Parts: sequence; structure tokens; C-alpha cells
Amino acid sequence: MNNLKAKHALNMAFTVVFAVLAVLYVYPVFMILINSFKAETAISTSTVFQLPTADTFAGAANFVAAVVSQGFLQSFFYSAFITVTSVALILLCCSMCAWYITRINGPISKAIYYLCVFSMVVPFQMVMFTLAQTADSLKLNTPYNICIIYLGFGAGLAVFMFCGFVKSIPLEIEEAATIDGCNPLQTYGLVVLPILKPTLISVAILQAMWVWNDYLLPTLVLDIRKYRTIPMLIQYFRGSYGRVEMGPMMACILLTILPIIVFYLACQKYIIEGVVAGAVKG
Amino acid sequence: MNKTLKKYFPIFVLPTLAAFIIGFIIPFVEGVYLSFCKFTTVNNAKWVGISNYVTALKDETFLHSFWFTVAFTVVSTVTINLLAFAVALVLTRGIKGTNLFRTVFFMPNLIGGIVLGYIWQILINCVLSIVEQPLLGLNTSAGYWGLIVLMAWQQVGYMMIIYIAGLQNVSPDLLEAAAIDGANSWQTLVKIKLPMVMSSVTICLFLTLTNSFKLFDQNLSLTGGEPNHATEMLALNIYNTFYARSGPQWKGIGQAKAVIFFVVVVIIALVQLRATRSKEVQQ
Repeated sequence: MNNLKAKHALNMAFTVVFAVLAVLYVYPVFMILINSFKAETAISTSTVFQLPTADTFAGAANFVAAVVSQGFLQSFFYSAFITVTSVALILLCCSMCAWYITRINGPISKAIYYLCVFSMVVPFQMVMFTLAQTADSLKLNTPYNICIIYLGFGAGLAVFMFCGFVKSIPLEIEEAATIDGCNPLQTYGLVVLPILKPTLISVAILQAMWVWNDYLLPTLVLDIRKYRTIPMLIQYFRGSYGRVEMGPMMACILLTILPIIVFYLACQKYIIEGVVAGAVKG
Repeated sequence: MNKTLKKYFPIFVLPTLAAFIIGFIIPFVEGVYLSFCKFTTVNNAKWVGISNYVTALKDETFLHSFWFTVAFTVVSTVTINLLAFAVALVLTRGIKGTNLFRTVFFMPNLIGGIVLGYIWQILINCVLSIVEQPLLGLNTSAGYWGLIVLMAWQQVGYMMIIYIAGLQNVSPDLLEAAAIDGANSWQTLVKIKLPMVMSSVTICLFLTLTNSFKLFDQNLSLTGGEPNHATEMLALNIYNTFYARSGPQWKGIGQAKAVIFFVVVVIIALVQLRATRSKEVQQ
């Protein structure tokens, strides 16, 4: 009895400590929020912790500036477009490829599989220069076809994860489909793909997190004067201006984070399951 | 079925294979070749043998960034894993607010490295100015610890999720048996829980080690290598060798550095996997 009481007290203590930690954890985002409503002159290195007052409150001016003069909406569109096309392409092509190389056990399949595993370890700096040059010479340097590069570079993890799952699908189901007259495309689309659904979600989440936040690959491949994804936009405005306009910058960061947080809260279950599944397979 | 499926090779495999060749195999092979060349674009490469490697290994900034990266990786891997495991232990006790805490701690993972680095640069600079210390641009140790704190803030949540999944898989029978045998909570932790989650430990160590070693975005946006390359990690050093230095010889040297970097990453990954895999328990 005493033991239970002690355990209960300890749990309460943990809840209190963790509540404080959670507040500290959210603080950096809150800091951006309060500063995005301050007037330009009120933001300086030593005052970012202060709440806006009646004098320093700037309303929505910073957000208007971020959208109008920094081209936030355009960047948002590029980021979203690249992420959606790349992830869709990776899911479709890599799951097909993984199914084929798991079912057909030849030297080519083995070679593809091991090359994919190998590619996961290679740091991006190893290929960044030659990749940018290859992309340039093949004209894969616009937001509309950069997804092909992402397919190539994301194939490693995706094929590896799909292969791990396809191995656990019993062959009998596919054989039954073949006997019922399905050609391989139908077997894949009607039988394999629905079974793969949990893995599709995991892969989609891991790849989307990577593509959406990726900075170096689009910077090297795209023309920064014409096309800027969101990470490029933020780095660009810090680097090239003599003085960074802090107000619009804060608004820009907030506008970048908000959709992610909303998306996360909405799909939390899938995201966390996706991370666990990805880690166990990896 | 296999014979018919084989005819579908162009549909099933070719798109991925073609993109993989364009996006990975060609750049990789070319990269290895170019590390032995002097060049400014792929088309004007001139073979120079191993001289790029010799110059790279004599480059003071490269050696400094190597040791800086090692120091960062060791400290950040240890802190992230200890913290994540501790948090996971608490969050599997069934305390009030578990779901909320899990949500909050995982959140920073979804924010990209560039944005995170920038947020923390603003925050750390403010703290430094309040305690009247030099700002990040002039303060090497603040840059180093800033990177550690930033990475812990971002990665603890991710690793926590993996450890929680591992801990939830520990069979209650084992824990009960241990309790009946009179094990205290420390003994249960060390003798039962830890061995049973070794596969999670392997994964988390692998992820944190390689992530920290290959870190680029956060390094670029938090300190940018300032002051004077003192907080520059390997990936950023290679990037700067390629794009921030003028002179036709630097691209070849950068590529040689990249090959060295790649070899080191592969060695670390292999050694680490072998070392912790051997400690895993078969279930």
C-alpha cells in the first residue's frame, strides 16, 4: 500500500517536471510568434524575449511584407509541389521496383537491392557537385521535374523499406490472383498495393519530411534567382541582404512552421507510427 | 507467374532504376573519378593523381573540422540517447499527460534544419547578449554548445519514440518474474529492460551517429562556421571548399575531401552496427 502511494507521488512529480520541460520545449516557437507581431524597430538581439507592447505591436504588417515582398506564397507553392510530386513518384515507382526485385531473385535484383542499401550510407556531399552537373545537363533543373532527382536519391531508403515488407506477404495470395487471370500489373494494383498500405504511409511520411525540409539539393540544382523553396527563401534572405529585415523574417518563419504543426497535429498517429516502422526496418 | 512478371521489367523496375542511375550511380562514380582530377566542371577534368588527397589531408581547416565533428558527434550522440531513453522510461510509466508530452517532444523533428538553426541563433544570441558574452559570430564555445543543445532539442523526441516502442515490447511476464525474484527497479532496468531494447539502441545510436556526423543544415544556419571556420563541421567544410573558394584547384580538393568523408562515414556505420548487434538478445 505504502509502495503504491510512493509510486503515485513519484508519477505526480514526473508530470510536474515534464510539464515545465514541455513549456520550455515550445518556447522557441512561441518566441517567433511574439516577435512576428513586433514592429521592425522593436526587434533587436537583446529584446527578443520581450512581449510586444502597445507601442511595438505591428499587427499583420510583417505577414503582409513576408507574403508581398519576399514571395512567400510562391516559395510555398514550389515546396508543396516538389514534395507532393516527389513523394508520389517515390511511392509508386519504388514499391513496384521493390515488389519485382523481391519476387524475381536474379543477379540484377540482388545488385539493385544492395546498391540501394549502400546509397543510404553515402553522405550527400560525396555526390553534390556531380549530381548538380548531371541534373543541369539533363535539364532536370526546374521545380517541375526535380522530382526525378528525388526519386533517384530517395530510392535507397524506399526500396529497402518496401522490400522488407514485401518479403512478409504470403506468395499464395499473389498466385491465387494469377490463377484468377490477373496480369502482373493487376496483381500489383489490386492485391499487393492494398496490403502495402501501412508501409506506403510510413515511407510517405519519412520522404515528405526529408523533401519538404531539404535545403542543399534544391539550392544546388535549381536556379535560386528564379525558384526558391521555403528553406532556400529563408537562407537567401539572411545571406544576400546587407541587413536582414527581422520583422518579415519572423513572420516568414512562423508561416513556415504553422502548416507543419497543423499537419502534425492532424496526422500525429500516422507520423509516429511511420517513424517507428521506418526505424525498425532500417 | 515469374515468367510473365519478368516481361514487365521495363514497367516495374526501369523508372526507378533509371532515376537511381541518374541521381546516384553516375554522380557517385563520377565523384570518385573527379577526386583524382583538377576541374571546374565535369567536362574539363584533368587527371592529377592523388595530389588532391595530399592537399586535403594537409589542409588545416579540414583537420580542424574533422576533430570538431568528432567532438560534436561523441557528445551529442551520448546526450541525445541518454535523454531520449530517460524520457522514454518516464513516459512508459503511465503518468498523466503522457500523450501530450510525447506530441510536444516530437514536434521539432518536423521543422527543417535551416529554420531550426535560425530560430536558435536568434534565441542564443539574445541569451548571450543578456549575460554580456560575445555573440555566436565571435564565440566558438557558444557555437559548439549551441549545436549540441539544438540537436538535442530536435532529436530527443525522435529517438524517444523509438525507445518507447522498444520498451512497450518488453514482455510483462519478464518484468513480473523479475519482481517476484525480488529485483529492485534499477536491477530490472539494467538486467531486463536494457538487454531487451538493445535493437532500439542499435537503431538510435546508428541514426544519431550518422546524423550528427553528416550534419550540415543546422551547422550552416546556426553558426555558418563562424568565427573564422572554428565551428565548421566536415560537411560544411567540404561545401565551402567547393563553392566559397576561388581557384581552379579547390573543386578537386573538395571532391577528395568528400571521398574521405564518405569512407569515414562507412567505417563508423559498420563498426557501430557490428558492436551493438552483438549485444542484442534473440527473442
